Formats: sequence, C-alpha cells, structure tokens
Amino acid sequence: MKKSDLILYSGLIIFGLAAPYLFPAFKVQLTILCILIVLAMTWNLQGGEMGYNSFGNILFYGLGMYLCASVQVGMFFPLAEWTESGGEKTFEHTTSQFFQGMGFGLLVAALIPTIVAGLIGYAILGLRGHYFAICTLGLGIAAGEIAGGIEIIGAGQGFTTPPFPKDIVNPEARGEFFYFLSFILLIATFIFIKWIYGSRFKLILNAIRDNEDKAEAMGIETMKYKIVGWMVSAFFCGLAGGIMGGLIGYIDSTDVAFDGREMGVFMVLMAILGGKGTLWGPIIGATLFHIFKEGFWTILLGWQYVALGVLIVVIVIYFPEGLMGWLREKYPERFGEVIDEKDRKAQVELK
Amino acid sequence: MSILEVKNVSKSFGGVKANENISINVKQGSIVGLIGPNGSGKTTLFNSIVGTHPIDKGSIKFDNKEVSELPVPVVAKLGLLRTFQQTRIYSKLNCVENMLISHKASDQGFAKIFSKIPPDLTERAENLLNFVGLHQKRNLRAGDLSFGQQKLLELAMALMNEPKMLLLDEPTAGINPTLINGIIDRLIKINKEYGITLLVIEHNMRVIMSLAQKIFCLAHGQMLADGTPEQIKNDKRVIDAYLGAQ
Repeated sequence: MKKSDLILYSGLIIFGLAAPYLFPAFKVQLTILCILIVLAMTWNLQGGEMGYNSFGNILFYGLGMYLCASVQVGMFFPLAEWTESGGEKTFEHTTSQFFQGMGFGLLVAALIPTIVAGLIGYAILGLRGHYFAICTLGLGIAAGEIAGGIEIIGAGQGFTTPPFPKDIVNPEARGEFFYFLSFILLIATFIFIKWIYGSRFKLILNAIRDNEDKAEAMGIETMKYKIVGWMVSAFFCGLAGGIMGGLIGYIDSTDVAFDGREMGVFMVLMAILGGKGTLWGPIIGATLFHIFKEGFWTILLGWQYVALGVLIVVIVIYFPEGLMGWLREKYPERFGEVIDEKDRKAQVELK
Repeated sequence: MSILEVKNVSKSFGGVKANENISINVKQGSIVGLIGPNGSGKTTLFNSIVGTHPIDKGSIKFDNKEVSELPVPVVAKLGLLRTFQQTRIYSKLNCVENMLISHKASDQGFAKIFSKIPPDLTERAENLLNFVGLHQKRNLRAGDLSFGQQKLLELAMALMNEPKMLLLDEPTAGINPTLINGIIDRLIKINKEYGITLLVIEHNMRVIMSLAQKIFCLAHGQMLADGTPEQIKNDKRVIDAYLGAQ
C-alpha cells in the first residue's frame, strides 16, 4: 500500500472512530450516513460498474430490515403476539437477548437477501437496459405491498423493533452502538469493494457494461457474473437494512422498509452525484447528498422536496458523469490517461 | 485436417433466406477468405458458426466437435473467436484493461471469481499492444481511440485470448491504406507464428487476394463459387455477381 493511501485511510478511520464523540448531537445522522454510503457503494456495483440500473436493491434493504427484526424477536418470543400487541409493551428483551438476537438477526439479514438476489437475478438478469430497470422498479413496489399484507410482521400497522435494553443506563450507549455497528459495516463493505476493484471480477462487470455481446463473444459467461454481482450487493444491503431497522425502531412496509420512493431513489442519486463506476464517487456522493438533504429538511421545511428536485435536475444537467467523472474529464492525466510520448516512434514504425 | 466444417447450413429470418445449404471447409493453419455482395449472408454465416443464433438445418463442426447447438461463450472457450464488423471494444476501459479482460483465464471456476489479475498478464497485454502499434496509447480509454485503432485493438484482444481460429469480419474496413498494409502483415504473422487459422470476410480485393489461400464467394445466401484467388478472379459468375461485369 502506498504511503499516501495509508495516511488517508488511517486518517478516515480515526475520524470515523472519533466522530460520535466530536459531534455527539449528530450521532444518528452519522449512523445514517454510514448506511447511505454502503447503499450507494453497493448500488454502484450494478448501476455504475455493470451498467444495469437497478431500482430493486431496496428489496434487499427492506428484506434485511424485516428479517433482522423478526429473528431478534422470534428467537425469544412469539412473533405474532409481539407484532399484535405493539411489541415492547408485553415482552422485554434482556441485555444478552437483545445483542444475541441482533447478531443472529443480522446474519440472517445478510444471507437470505443474498439467496433471494441469486434466485431473482437468475430470472431477470437476462433483461437489458430499460427493461431491467422497470422490472426491478416493480420488485420494490411489489415487496412493499406484500409485506403490508403479512400479519405476522405487523402488516399495515408496522413492526416495532426491540427497544434497546433498559439495563444499560448510559443514555449515549444506544446511539454509539448503532453508530459503530454501521461504521464496521461501512469498513467491511469498503474493504470488499476495494478488493473487487483490483480483481478480474470488476473488469468483467465493466465489460458487461460496455459491451455485453462482445464479452460473451470473448468467452465470458456474463450471466454468472451478473448474478454474483447482484448477490454481493444484496448481502451488504441486507445488513444495512437490518441495522437501520434497529436504529429507527419501527418498520413500516412502504415508508421505511421497501421505501423505493425515497431510499430506493436516493441510492441511485448518491452514486450518480459522486460519479458512477468509481470507488470514491459513491462515498463522496452519499456524503454530499446527506448534507444537502438534511440541510433542505432543516432550512427549507415545507419546500424540501422541491429543493431536492432542483438538486437532482442540476446534477443530471451539469454533472451527468458525477463529480468524479467531471474531474476525470477536466484532468484526465490525473487519472492515468496519458499518451506515452516515448513510444510515439512505435506508431510511426507501423507501416 | 480441417478445423472448421460447415455442412449444408441454412438460416432464414422470416421470408429472407440468409443462408441456403452453405458448406465450407477450412483447413487447420490456413487463411480462407469469404467474399460476396452486401446482404449475401456472410455475417449471418459467422453468427451461425459462433452460435449467436440457432441454425435451421445443417451441422457445424469445430475441431471435430459439433458446435451448432452451443451458446456463444462456450464456443469462444473452445478457441473459436470472432471479431465484429462494427468494432466492439469496452469503451470506458483503457486499452490494457481491454486486453486483460480478453484473456482466457477470465472464466475460471467459481472459487476464483474474485481473484486478482496475475501481474505477468499485463506484460503480455503490453507486448501485444506493441504488436498492433497501440503501445503508446495503452493508458487511454478505448472509446477515445479512432475507429481504425479500435479495429487494431479488437484484433489484439482476440490474440490475447489465444484462440485456435479467428473469424474476422472486415478487418480493414474504414482503415487508411498504409495501415491496411500493416494489418495484412500482422494477419500473416499471426497465422504463421501463432498458428491461428483465419477465416476473413473482406470487401477489399487487394487484401483478400494477397491474404487468402482459398476463397469462398456467397451471393443471395447461396454458395456461388470457391477456389484459389486466381480461380475466383477469373470466375465468370463471381465477376457478374460481385466484381462487376465489364
């Protein structure tokens, strides 16, 4: 690893560890930021690297949310009674039950969406371009409607996730727990995606984006890679959903879990704002987006959606390739796109 | 010994009979040309051979193995590659990455799906880019190259895959005359040094006559004539249908 990278990464990690103590009032916002970055980075694998604009990743996020909470409750209490009575009024998790349930719940929240992504991917990743996008849009909406009809997970009235154990008296503990949980998820996601960026797998995803027919003609079985790529996203989206459910404390089928109208669109916007198809683009994009969005919600309350809409229009018109793409076009040499002058002779010799 | 045996292949799209009872035999290590007027079914035949679409009837054998039912990537893995008339490269990747992704090892078992790229492969990629004269532009995005350079890149990508046989769809279309000579030299070199069998679609008569040992001529989806370049040049039917009656 280069020295400058080492400084950058250790600086970011130290900042990440210190952030909840430096800005205690923004702990929840920082937690959400970590989750948003994870969602943007994983969406970027589909939309940016593979060129398959998916509006369906929200499915895995919502699935992870419901699964994590259901397991956390179901491990110790009857799930149906919990949701019917509004949860915590009748039953109470002890400290160890809460954390055990959370750990096991997150495991399930990661694995099941991954499997679901594999199955759905096998069925629909044969679609290309707009057809794929529209199909995935349907997935999120359908999941929300279905979840809203299942009694055992609260149906339309929602699902209260287990509250933080009462035995832990420190009022900061809950916020810190969820912050560090999401921060760990962010680091794990980053390490994995960084690894992918140095692998054949990333190049294959790019090949699929740039010319899928050519990739097949060169002997790459594209379907396999498309499915695996989606499964990777689903894995991290599921975890993000699981953590988010615990943080918010209440799951609604269409407004919190399968929130394609907001979160499902936000993950696309964040990746586009920062620059699709780059490692840092989604991270920068998610951070800026979160700052803008919270700013609008605070300063322009009542007009926040209008302001957000204007922001989207500005992004699409002035930064169609995102910030990273804009920088690449301005300073291509910084991105390694240089003509090797020493070799100019070789071109002349070609006759 | 023939490496590619096409027997009585027919393919129609709706009412259009693109190929009718086409038979072609390509000997291992040879360079064979495929000519014919526009719409005579040359590219359709290529598509049939590599499995882009199913054929209506007939058989296609590559290396004594029936390939007419196999999907495109599987045929490619057997060592039968094609290039495209409209260049197809990965436009947002740079030239070296285009090369790396074209290497055969790109599709190993499931366990190696996230494996890193072996470093010696980069050297091989750069050598091949040098071979087609693109070494100095190796760090540019492939989409920023000119059309002719993209053709050369596509050729280099095909070589990176180490195929047994290459189907080239108009390798010199849209390329300036000096560069065409470069391509002819390189194609002959590929054939001699790497032992890759070539089947070339070409409209440029000078190119195909100096390259091929044998030429097939298609017209209206049917086999019109076949023979040595000399025989084809003097064939009355070919002259009428394609070269132009005088």
